[in-house]
Amino acid sequence: MAMTNPGNKVTQGQFSFLPDLTDEQITAQLKYAINNDWAVNVEYTDDPHPRNTYWEMYGQPMFDLKDPAGILMEINECRKTFPDMYIRVTAFDNTHGWEAPRMSYIVNRPPSEPGFKLHRQERDGRSMGYTIEPYATDKPEGERS
Amino acid sequence: MIIRWRCRPPPSSLNVSTLFKHEPLCVEDMSETENTDSDQELEMLPDDAPVDLQAEFERSQVQEVLDKLDRELVGLVPVKTRIKEIAALLLVDRLRRRFNLTSETPTLHMNFTGNPGTGKTTVALRMAEILHRLGYVREGHLVSVTRDDLVGQYIGHTAPKTKAVIKKAMGGVLFIDEAYYLYKPENERDYGGESIEILLQVMENHRDDLVVILAGYKDKMDKFFESNPGMRSRIAHHLDFPDYSAGELEQIADLMLKEQSYQLDDSARKALSEYIPLRMKMTHFANARSIRNALDRARLRQANRLFASRDRALKKEDLITLTEEDFRASRVFIDGKLDGDPADGILNSMPIQED
Repeated sequence: MAMTNPGNKVTQGQFSFLPDLTDEQITAQLKYAINNDWAVNVEYTDDPHPRNTYWEMYGQPMFDLKDPAGILMEINECRKTFPDMYIRVTAFDNTHGWEAPRMSYIVNRPPSEPGFKLHRQERDGRSMGYTIEPYATDKPEGERS
Repeated sequence: MIIRWRCRPPPSSLNVSTLFKHEPLCVEDMSETENTDSDQELEMLPDDAPVDLQAEFERSQVQEVLDKLDRELVGLVPVKTRIKEIAALLLVDRLRRRFNLTSETPTLHMNFTGNPGTGKTTVALRMAEILHRLGYVREGHLVSVTRDDLVGQYIGHTAPKTKAVIKKAMGGVLFIDEAYYLYKPENERDYGGESIEILLQVMENHRDDLVVILAGYKDKMDKFFESNPGMRSRIAHHLDFPDYSAGELEQIADLMLKEQSYQLDDSARKALSEYIPLRMKMTHFANARSIRNALDRARLRQANRLFASRDRALKKEDLITLTEEDFRASRVFIDGKLDGDPADGILNSMPIQED
């Protein structure tokens, strides 16, 4: 892990192996989504487990916008409200046949990302079962960070 | 706005980032759609470089919009002068920026006051276009809203509603019609104040992203600003739209008819020029809008007239010409009342209000 992911950063969604996107770069990506008529959502969570697909939505999904400034405003508000959480931006394509998110990338990370704990489970014979658990979710919901 | 992707410098030693050599490329691919033709790069100039204001003016193609404004809007001289002044300010400001002279984005929020039908919405539309050509708004679209679109019905409803509208207007112009309705001092539980507060914040912090234009009747807007001094100080341009004179209204009628491919014969023209001063003296006179309604009713009467004589062969001429009787049948002439009253001849069953 340390070799391919030097900052020990959670790598989910687009651009996650890159340095964090600047606001300018985020704006350009938002513009790309707007030009494609995708609805953009801002979502947050404190549980970075890769199977956690249920992130909370911040505000309402944003349709019919012409300019990314409004979405950036929403992102910044979300950052202010939840500075210690993961925030991602999702662009949803509602055209028939797609009806799925077409873009998703992280725009905010907690200051420290403790990473994941690897659990080993000895099974019958000498076989092993493996699973991971984020350290970030050690505490119960509501008491984290 | 130009957004440039910085490619990372080549790594000095072999490290992890060399594994992702292709990444700036893949990012760049996505950004290619960004460059719209409205983006004009401002190159910096040395101190002694001469600049050509005329060339800059032509490059911005503002003249085209100003000409269009002159062509399509009759009268309104003070408004047009003010718009030209604003355009000049923005143009000079652009030149200044090329010499790296600091100047803050000028406050462009505006307030349009005037009686109904004096062209406030039309001018707002043109304004969006001018600001777009000069690069002060990125998209140049106009979002036109009233109180209903901004203010919610219960606690916690207003802020998301107002914000949604603001987000839609970002990069363009937000036009708030009848803005004085936002503030209802007689009802202390009214949510309009919340909406105003959010607007004020955005008008201050997002000056680069959004231009707000308020519109309404003069006296009511004055009262509105009295009770919201913060709003007043954030608006730099107060434009007053004067009422049209009878002659101007006639020109407007001509423009409208031309647009809809109609024409007046001589007697009809005379009837119209008598009609306008009569109508101006009556209640609920709404300048250009009243004229449009009068023309709509004349078209209705024309259609009826043609239909009544349908045994006769019609020529193209008949279809486009409005005659005297189409105007003279108006109640404004007959007994000095507004059309659309129950007793009004052929219009009995038609829900047309004269306003």
